[in-house]
Amino acid sequence: MTIALEARNLVKEYPGVLAVNDLSFSVPEGICFGLLGPNGAGKTTTVEIIEGVTRASSGDVYYYGEIAGDRFRQEVGIQFQNTALQDHITVLETLQMFRSLYSRQANLDDLIEQCSLGDLLDRDNRKLSGGQRQRLLLAVALVNRPRLVFLDEPTTGLDPQARRNFWELVKRIRADGATIVLTTHYMDEAQVLCDDIAIMDEGKIITHGAPKDLLHARFGDELLHLPHGEIRRPNLEDLFLDLTGHSLRA
Amino acid sequence: MLRRIYAIFVSRNREFFRDRSSLAWNLLLPVGLVFGLSFAFDGQRDEFTVGVLQAEAEIDATSHPFLETRYIRFVPYDDIDEALRKVERHQLDLLIDTGPPTRYWINPTAPKGYFIEFALLQTSSPAPNSVIKEQIEGDPVRYADWILPGILGMNMMFSCMFGVGYVVVRYRKNGFLKRLRATPLTSFEFITAQVASRMVLIMIITAFVYTGTHLLLNTRMEGSYFTLFLVGLVGAISMVSLGLIVSARVTSEELAGGLLNLINWPMMMLSGVWFSLEGTGETLRSISRIFPLTHVLESARAVMLDGATLPDVAPSLAALVIMSAVFLAIGAAIFRWEQY
Repeated sequence: MTIALEARNLVKEYPGVLAVNDLSFSVPEGICFGLLGPNGAGKTTTVEIIEGVTRASSGDVYYYGEIAGDRFRQEVGIQFQNTALQDHITVLETLQMFRSLYSRQANLDDLIEQCSLGDLLDRDNRKLSGGQRQRLLLAVALVNRPRLVFLDEPTTGLDPQARRNFWELVKRIRADGATIVLTTHYMDEAQVLCDDIAIMDEGKIITHGAPKDLLHARFGDELLHLPHGEIRRPNLEDLFLDLTGHSLRA
Repeated sequence: MLRRIYAIFVSRNREFFRDRSSLAWNLLLPVGLVFGLSFAFDGQRDEFTVGVLQAEAEIDATSHPFLETRYIRFVPYDDIDEALRKVERHQLDLLIDTGPPTRYWINPTAPKGYFIEFALLQTSSPAPNSVIKEQIEGDPVRYADWILPGILGMNMMFSCMFGVGYVVVRYRKNGFLKRLRATPLTSFEFITAQVASRMVLIMIITAFVYTGTHLLLNTRMEGSYFTLFLVGLVGAISMVSLGLIVSARVTSEELAGGLLNLINWPMMMLSGVWFSLEGTGETLRSISRIFPLTHVLESARAVMLDGATLPDVAPSLAALVIMSAVFLAIGAAIFRWEQY
């Protein structure tokens, strides 16, 4: 099994806050890895350290066995949680601009078709709906035919149709052989998309493994008995709440 | 590397040219100012100005009774050629060498020179040959001729400083810089693209405004267009670079606006945009030399009004090149992509 990405002993300290606490994990090539956790758990900080946009206080990130550097920048695609694009620039021009920044370049026609952007090419970035914008940001993350894709809460704020449409896109990217690192608040999203998950809280990973294995280890084959007499199988949300508690986070 | 710089350069240019309100503001403001000020001042200075030929920096009013005359601004000159050129262009109403014998130069076509000559003769000895009169003829430099380089320079300053400073801060604040950070683009490539983009945009706008104003007001152009272009180009680079220092780390548009104004307003007031620094104190003139705009305006006026050549303005260009290199080095060294 080839390891695409490995984080070793990552620490990030802000004044008075230990956002990432000696965190280590690895992501095998070709899987969709989900990083889950409540608000303020340190997911985004962890991912941004790995992406190279935030400096770690200590620790290292390895990409295919090498310290993440120039090759990493050329071969990864990133969709941030919040990204503004330039005003007065069209969808096509945005894709062309970002594509020009890489030596590895995706076929633009294929990308446009894959992300269903064909009807939006001449549209100003400012005039895109939430779902259209997320599809464009995903396309921007794919302009370099990435081997590793980071998706940071990509469906936050989307309606159910747009979320499901986005899931299909992610499945296609994975089917094409890319490794995916997904952070999300949606447990159903993680359950549908992820082969492997890690749940973070207070800057640490509190559990890590395949969703089915984790559910089995936590709940066995038990059925959940809910207050109104409903009985169902436990899911990731049950696991998440069981591990991280019900108290409100930041 | 060049492909990445070009991609950012093109994208920024598109963003600017498609923002019609900003583009219109950049084009209409300087034209409106030149026309408005030309109309308001109608080519006339309000005060009487007399040049005094002397080596000392301070006027000694006891050297001639005329120098005690009220409501006349006396400006010392140690270079007679420069002073005579100003009399020729009506920028000085009269030039005097207190002597003895007292010698003075006026332009017979300058109305204010005609009146100020009366004042001089009133205060001079009536003895024959105690006062020697000389005449120099030449067309006046109108206020429009003089103010045009100032307005163009000021527009260049605001456009360069805000156009880069404000935009980079906005990119940082809204996360666009972070997105670029996640690509192979380096900070050097990003900064180079921003400088190049703003430089090209400001040169196009300045050329457009200059051509339009020159054709409509028939402003004076004694020197070479190439030299003037070079002055504008090097001046633009220096001011863009200065804007980059402000924007290198700031994350708030409000703070960036305040810092840019903190630099722009003293620079505008002390660089000779609106009034000449001749006759002001040595300290003020020394302070004004730290601003790139001072060098741009001195060189541009020398080329446009006096026909200065490239070697004549080379010292100012050298100062601008040094400033640009220092500003760029500082800007690149302290540049940050992220917000915190």
